[in-house]
Amino acid sequence: MSRKQLFAIRVRTPIDAGFRMSLIRLPEPDQGVISRRDVIIKDLEKLVGVEMIISDEDGRRAYETDALTAYTRMPLAVALPKTTEDVATILRYCRDNGVKVIARGAGTSLCGGALPAEDALVVSVSKMNRVLEIDYANRTARVEAGITNLAISGAVSKDGFFYAPDPSSQLACTLAGNLAMNSGGAHCLKYGVTTNNVLGLKMVLMTGEIVELGGGHLDSEGYDLLALTIGSEGQFGIVTEATVRILRAAEGARPMLLGFGSSEAAGRCVSAIIASGIIPVAMEFMDKPAIHVCESFAKAGYPLDVEALLIVEVEGSEAEITALLNRIAEIARPFKPETLLVSSGADQSAKIWKGRKAAFGAIGRISDYYCMDGTIPLGRLPEVLVAIARICGSHGLKVANIFHAGDGNLHPLILYDANDPDQAIKAEEAGAEILKLCVEVGGCLTGEHGVGIEKRDLMGVQFTEIDLALQMRIKTVFDPTWMLNPAKVFPLSAPRPQAA
Amino acid sequence: MSDTLKPATDWELAGMIATYRDRRTPIEICGSGTKRAIGRPTQTAAAISTQSLRGITLYEPTELVMSARAGTPLSQVEAELAARGQMLAFEPIDLGPTTGNTAGQQTIGAVFAANLSGARRISAGAARDHLLGMRGVNGLAEEFKSGGRVMKNVTGYDVARGLCGSWGTLAVMTEVTFKVLPWPEDTATLVYTGLTDELATELMQSALGTPFEVSGTAHLSAGLARRLRHDGLRGLDTPLTALRLENFPHAVAYRREALREQLKASGFVKVVELDAHDSASFWNEMRQLSVLPAGRTHLWKISTTPGKGPKLVAAVRRHMEAEALYDWSGGLVWLEVPETADAGAADIRRAVATHGGHATLIRAEASVRAAVDVFHPLSPAVERLARGMKSAFDPYGILNPGRMYSGL
Repeated sequence: MSRKQLFAIRVRTPIDAGFRMSLIRLPEPDQGVISRRDVIIKDLEKLVGVEMIISDEDGRRAYETDALTAYTRMPLAVALPKTTEDVATILRYCRDNGVKVIARGAGTSLCGGALPAEDALVVSVSKMNRVLEIDYANRTARVEAGITNLAISGAVSKDGFFYAPDPSSQLACTLAGNLAMNSGGAHCLKYGVTTNNVLGLKMVLMTGEIVELGGGHLDSEGYDLLALTIGSEGQFGIVTEATVRILRAAEGARPMLLGFGSSEAAGRCVSAIIASGIIPVAMEFMDKPAIHVCESFAKAGYPLDVEALLIVEVEGSEAEITALLNRIAEIARPFKPETLLVSSGADQSAKIWKGRKAAFGAIGRISDYYCMDGTIPLGRLPEVLVAIARICGSHGLKVANIFHAGDGNLHPLILYDANDPDQAIKAEEAGAEILKLCVEVGGCLTGEHGVGIEKRDLMGVQFTEIDLALQMRIKTVFDPTWMLNPAKVFPLSAPRPQAA
Repeated sequence: MSDTLKPATDWELAGMIATYRDRRTPIEICGSGTKRAIGRPTQTAAAISTQSLRGITLYEPTELVMSARAGTPLSQVEAELAARGQMLAFEPIDLGPTTGNTAGQQTIGAVFAANLSGARRISAGAARDHLLGMRGVNGLAEEFKSGGRVMKNVTGYDVARGLCGSWGTLAVMTEVTFKVLPWPEDTATLVYTGLTDELATELMQSALGTPFEVSGTAHLSAGLARRLRHDGLRGLDTPLTALRLENFPHAVAYRREALREQLKASGFVKVVELDAHDSASFWNEMRQLSVLPAGRTHLWKISTTPGKGPKLVAAVRRHMEAEALYDWSGGLVWLEVPETADAGAADIRRAVATHGGHATLIRAEASVRAAVDVFHPLSPAVERLARGMKSAFDPYGILNPGRMYSGL
């Protein structure tokens, strides 16, 4: 599937439309920088070469948004560096000349994490996509950060290895973006998220200084700046290289489908599976609206008459898989599954996962949607699903729910018409209410998509002023003048700390 | 060092830190104090212990999550988990016995503050990978939190993980929330005998490259194997290389045979097997570093790329006698060296510089720890960032100042 199919299907808003969702405020661009645009571009071209700088309008337009397509901003220019030294040269120039910088991978952020600004240079690492070294003995790969997530596994799969984090956009998204957001995926119940699978990285600071954090070893010396940097949403520096863990793939894997008469029964079944001591490699949940859309897209054999569907996947040898799936079927029995279907083989397994992984795209074919990403404690699932339906209903909107059940990471998709400004605003309002609810029940605003601009102004729901001020002081350590990925993560109203 | 203060609430702790903040007076931060002799010696007016911040505050076995106040003994945490068939998958190393304390005394807060991970780090991840959230008080006496109680959470920066391994120099953790996992139903260990360090590393790496989910790898020289409490293994009088398999019984039975067959094809044939009971006692010895008891030697913890472990040790051995216990398939080396004025720091750090990684002096008398870098020297860029972190959390430098690095 091309990236276009995955993401572009949602884009319906004409470029010159007179309306946009407008709840999120973006800062006024610095006219001083914009007035120097021609000089800045000339300088950058001289420093790194004309071919690395995109300055024409058509070229820049490809970078004016990310996967939060309701927001667009034409960047000052776009740089496509080829080496770490190029990145250092560009950042040093930008620091010296007061030009803000927005780091970009493939631009698949769902939270506006890569949204440009008119007075900022977009630095995309997408040309830095080489595998530098594969070390099977030590189970690591050193790669450039612009490589796509799937290409890492692609480089080692012939030898039976894989890179574990698998966000739905893995065909398109880059490791750089995964590092910025600490991305997860469907299989992180067993294998963890990005931060658990990265041992080292090379990063360029705004000063142009190149720092290396971690490496081939398995724990940190001094403070764990590696852990702190992963998930910092491109606000600390631009990561150009990483050493990631690659794992030997299991002998085999097979999913089963469990359909239930209620979401509550499905939720309780998930708890029972975990309580039994089994950690499936993935446990995915879909509600009825999501099942119908995904089945019509993928023809995976999903049951259409159930209220909730679980995809539960286990790994091992054939005999191990059979034994585990039988055990799970036994555990599920008290919750009265209406469907219990074990994948018949590789073909059907692929279809089952195709339906799940293409869910966002499939739903995008029937409606615009706004994708939420809150996480809740699993025990609160039934009441939260009821409340999500109520919240969306009260705004006159429909919702489809898809989520990673094992870890409580919800993806309610609020369906709306992007050409109706009133509905667009209502979708954002409903989304904010859902996220507040996630925090109220003990969860969080975002499980894997990040804060970006989207959830920036909700940070005060989860954090106190002291919590946020501390995080902002940390930001200041890495980027004293706040030039990297500005106006993201923190509420614009939060007072910025002074550099030490 | 005179008084030890034991606040019972976050609020009380913040009040105490405020007092020292206002006086700009350094204080020592500790849990039960079993690691007091690790790090650079420091001059402090008093100590604050988290020992009265005690108790498990949340445990949801079906959500694989537990919260405990920082001073809760690890033994209590693990007993509660075991009662529900669960565990801390990163099996934290217990440095108690090797540093002259009794085993089982450390607090859960200290486990994360020192980021102590055991053999299962190679498959399950490190302590820091299991930390989901924390509450604490920084050097400004501000109460703050990071993360939460859910498995997936990317809201704001990952401050909680950033505090792992900071040894109380940035903040005092008051509550930690962490991921737990089910105990495997069955365990078996294949112990290969008579291998050199190089061959043992090759064996461990090969084993981890199979699909059988080897969850522990360790190699002991013959000298260290003779110190094992496990009679059967001690009596073999030869280097030992252990590979652990954990799973459901039917899977362990299958994988044990499959792994043996696969390794046999690479020429590894001399092996004894440990059942679940003997496996538990062997890996418990590894967890407590039973073969490296406190004594008149210095002990280093060296972290490197796994395949480089043996070369690094060989480089050190050109300068001094050294006994090496390898964990993490060679990536973690516990190195016991004779007592000298600098604990061998110059030669060890030179070997580390050649092969990559870092070395921490875990056991030495205070005069030695005052004379050498206990924690591995940082590159200038990283050191500048570390100093920035210190001033973001503790601008007056009152929390464990100088314990890791001078001025931090």
